[in-house]
Amino acid sequence: MATSTPDLADPSRRDFLYIATGAVGVVGAGALAWPFIDQMNPDASALALSSIEVDISAIQPGQIVTVQWRGKPVFIRNRTDKEMQDVKAVPLGDLKDPQADAARVKKGHENLLIVVGVCTHLGCIPLGHQGEYEGWFCPCHGSVYDPSGRIRKGPAPLNLEVPAYSFLSEKVVKIG
Amino acid sequence: MQGHSTYTPGTAFERWLDRRLPIVGLVHSSFVSFPTPKNLNYFWTFGAILSAMLVWQILTGIMLAMHYTPNDALAFASVEHIMRDVNYGWLLRYGHANGASMFFIAVYVHMFRGLYYGSYKEPREVLWLLGMIIFLLMMATGFMGYVLPWGQMSFWGATVITSLFGAIPVVGQSIVTWLWGGFSVGDPTLNRFFSLHYLLPFMIAGVVVLHVWALHVVGQNNPTGVEPKSTEDTVPFTPYATLKDIFATSVFFVFFAWFIFYIPNYLGDPDNYVEANRLATPAHIVPEWYFLPFYAILRSIPDKLGGVICMFGAIVMLFAVPWLDTSKVRSANYRPLYRWFFWILVIVAIGLGWLGAQEPKDWYVFISRLLTAYYFIHFLVILPLLGLIETPKPLPPSISEAVLAKTGQQAHA
Repeated sequence: MATSTPDLADPSRRDFLYIATGAVGVVGAGALAWPFIDQMNPDASALALSSIEVDISAIQPGQIVTVQWRGKPVFIRNRTDKEMQDVKAVPLGDLKDPQADAARVKKGHENLLIVVGVCTHLGCIPLGHQGEYEGWFCPCHGSVYDPSGRIRKGPAPLNLEVPAYSFLSEKVVKIG
Repeated sequence: MQGHSTYTPGTAFERWLDRRLPIVGLVHSSFVSFPTPKNLNYFWTFGAILSAMLVWQILTGIMLAMHYTPNDALAFASVEHIMRDVNYGWLLRYGHANGASMFFIAVYVHMFRGLYYGSYKEPREVLWLLGMIIFLLMMATGFMGYVLPWGQMSFWGATVITSLFGAIPVVGQSIVTWLWGGFSVGDPTLNRFFSLHYLLPFMIAGVVVLHVWALHVVGQNNPTGVEPKSTEDTVPFTPYATLKDIFATSVFFVFFAWFIFYIPNYLGDPDNYVEANRLATPAHIVPEWYFLPFYAILRSIPDKLGGVICMFGAIVMLFAVPWLDTSKVRSANYRPLYRWFFWILVIVAIGLGWLGAQEPKDWYVFISRLLTAYYFIHFLVILPLLGLIETPKPLPPSISEAVLAKTGQQAHA
């Protein structure tokens, strides 16, 4: 009983087939596009380098040591008592990106500040012990950070990022 | 207008080909018999100069790619290898690097020509938009090309410019990581920039074809801004425009050669002869000169997202010009007020360029903000208002009469 004449009286069946075919095509194109886009994301070799271990025992009070993690500098700063008192005394209301100093260090190691050494403005490397608060100063566009790595002045919107890290022992820190 | 081809296939082969692919007729109507206004001045030769620069950049670029290595450990050394070992490598590299600057000099003259003579106005809006797309592609190409030598300015310029995308709320950082292919600018970034730097010029060439096509549909604007009305107003493209274009391009290449042979590093930054170091930022990061006005706008805004929006907004203004300018009169020669504001805009643009190269301190920041504000006021306030309040001078009835009035001659009998 099959007929080759299109069923003009009932277009909904044909419309359904058009839309269903189109939808499958769109999903297929999208599924194919994803590998093309995702190939630009960090590859397995970049991800494999995502943690480092650092011996911190030799860092003197007041000293900043720079290590490389994921291709970026990380500052490890052994802060003096005065620096710690100064940053604790700052009211949170005065901060552009309010965060207490205690939230930026690990308990029991309050002297040790570990931050990613990349200015949150446009990615330059700030200079240590410089600027109004003797924290960091970014030479590119003039952002000023305090010894807690918090943004105090200039165009940068956020505090220096604290990476994920943990103490493997009293002497060794694992970053990443 | 006498736009259509007067070409008639002569030989039997041409007749055979014409029925199958009328390409000879197309070239003839576009570049031989095409009517050009007879009053065009030398500012109208910059289209041809730009075409020549595009061909030059693609040629030297393909040859450089035969010797260059897009790898973060080898790139810097391979550029020195080109300079010292490759036969005429110094000529290819200096020619290509300075060629980018010449390309931008020519494109800025071309764009300001369009702004002065109102070449973006009805019916040339699409022509203008295609030109703006070419400008964007040129900026992307120039930026990525500057990263390839992998010097300090390459690396940190790439870091600063890609970080701009980090200002986008929520997804910004993911986009930046995706662009980098890592957690900082590195080997994957260099590799993909090389791939795209090779691709984009061919995309530019494609849009140039559309640009020329749109030009040949609507015809060229001219210094009076009055459309050609009869064959009296035009001359055939060949030989008149062809030879004038060749002459102007030759003069431009003499200027270009002066840079290549006498001051090849004048427009470059000495810091880029220091290999990229991811642990040390140069004291003063500056982009290439052709990005400086936009860089000054970026820096003048004391907010990251706001600065990025204003910088891209500065380019959006140019895209929107055909709809922001409310005056029906095209040429600034007949617009006594606009003419002043045009030159003020030129000075402001050059001033922003100069400020973009200075350190962002003291009064520089204040002047940058002032000029940035003026830049936007020009497009968003002055341009729409002028069309309403300005009384234009009377337009000449035709191009021919304007030419004759200027030279004081009578039409030949």
